[in-house]
Amino acid sequence: MVKELLIILISSSLVNNVVLSQFLGLCPFLGVSKKTNTAAGMGVAVIFVITLASAVAGVIYRFVLEKLGITYLQTIVFILVIAALVQFVEMFLKKFMPSLYQALGVYLPLITTNCAVLGIALTNVQKKYGILTGIVNGFATAVGFTVSIVILAGIREKMEYNDIPESFRGMPIVLVTAGLMAIAFCGFSGLL
Amino acid sequence: MANNSGSGYKSSSAAERLYNGLVKENPTFVLMLGMCPTLAVTTSAMNGLGMGLTTMVVLALSNMIISLLRNIIPDKVRIPAFIVVIASFVTMVELLLEGFLPALYDALGLYIPLIVVNCIILGRAESYASKNPVIPSLFDGIGMGLGFSFALTCIGAVRELIGAGEIFGLHIMPDSYVPCAIFIMAPGAFFVLAGLTAIQNKIRINGERKGKDMSKIQSGCSEDCMNCADKGCSRRFYGASGGAEDISGEPETEAKRGKERG
Repeated sequence: MVKELLIILISSSLVNNVVLSQFLGLCPFLGVSKKTNTAAGMGVAVIFVITLASAVAGVIYRFVLEKLGITYLQTIVFILVIAALVQFVEMFLKKFMPSLYQALGVYLPLITTNCAVLGIALTNVQKKYGILTGIVNGFATAVGFTVSIVILAGIREKMEYNDIPESFRGMPIVLVTAGLMAIAFCGFSGLL
Repeated sequence: MANNSGSGYKSSSAAERLYNGLVKENPTFVLMLGMCPTLAVTTSAMNGLGMGLTTMVVLALSNMIISLLRNIIPDKVRIPAFIVVIASFVTMVELLLEGFLPALYDALGLYIPLIVVNCIILGRAESYASKNPVIPSLFDGIGMGLGFSFALTCIGAVRELIGAGEIFGLHIMPDSYVPCAIFIMAPGAFFVLAGLTAIQNKIRINGERKGKDMSKIQSGCSEDCMNCADKGCSRRFYGASGGAEDISGEPETEAKRGKERG
């Protein structure tokens, strides 16, 4: 069991990196990676939300959808649950943990629409993970997201001073960087 | 009501809608929306086409239903209501694909249910279908969907040509050509998109030099997800308050949002 979880941990965070090999959550990856500290804040918020969402989605799938035999409604149910969950987390943090809210609050609205959150919930179902395995998978995937967004932000900070051809300024050079990072992450596939 | 699509030109005839979706406001080449599926499934021209057409069906049908319901849905819950409509169609399409086109279903996999979170669909629902009559909305959906399919097929064809020397599975390149397999793997997607945005930048810069209005061309999420926020991506459940300005983390946004919530 522990070994299995460890393998999921490594494969979801590094080998099948959520952004660099599955292209989920590209929008925040490209949009919020200008500075390392903002990127790290976004990363932590993503870890928090995805872990929670995979737990909630797992429980709902197991105890509601499967019990009632309506698993085909999973997409609709998951998207509504995730949206409600993020909204709820935001209200909860604002009320009871203002300091954490200060740190994460601004990123939360952006995460609702992060396709990674829905993607993980659906992957967990597709791969028939149990609730615990699903949570570990969600956590690992989000860690993978955080690692890659922080690395990208670090590179972008250095790139500020580079002399880039006019038409490659802005998004294109960031995408080239992401492509090179994706090649580097391909190297992890030998790990398992 | 007819020219309320936010771009300020006449927009009622079906043909005009199709042209708009395919060329003028092509969702991939001009607006840069829905990049996740664009990158993920374009490993071959066939997959790109399949994904494009699947999205088109969902887009056209959800546009139609949302336009029919536009006077019934209360403004405050419109976004969740749109999402439910879109998610229902995605589920239907997913089940149909699984039943009738299992090969395509396997190739697209996870990205079929993820059509729900595609910016293009909610963006069109929000900016066009919720304000316009049924027939133009339907054609708007078809036009945008065709534009998306066209773009995905092109990107898929380029990647397939470089990465495997084929297009639609037909061998094109001479035998001496050594396929550059990286282009059908994940990194290739980033490189192709980088090339695409670079071309787009070039066109915009040239256009601006000639004094044309190039504001419609947007490059991805370069302006801190501004693009997606505009089209409803990050504002999805947050009305007009959440979104792009939040990323900068300025204290005034905090106050603004607090006020709007409270």
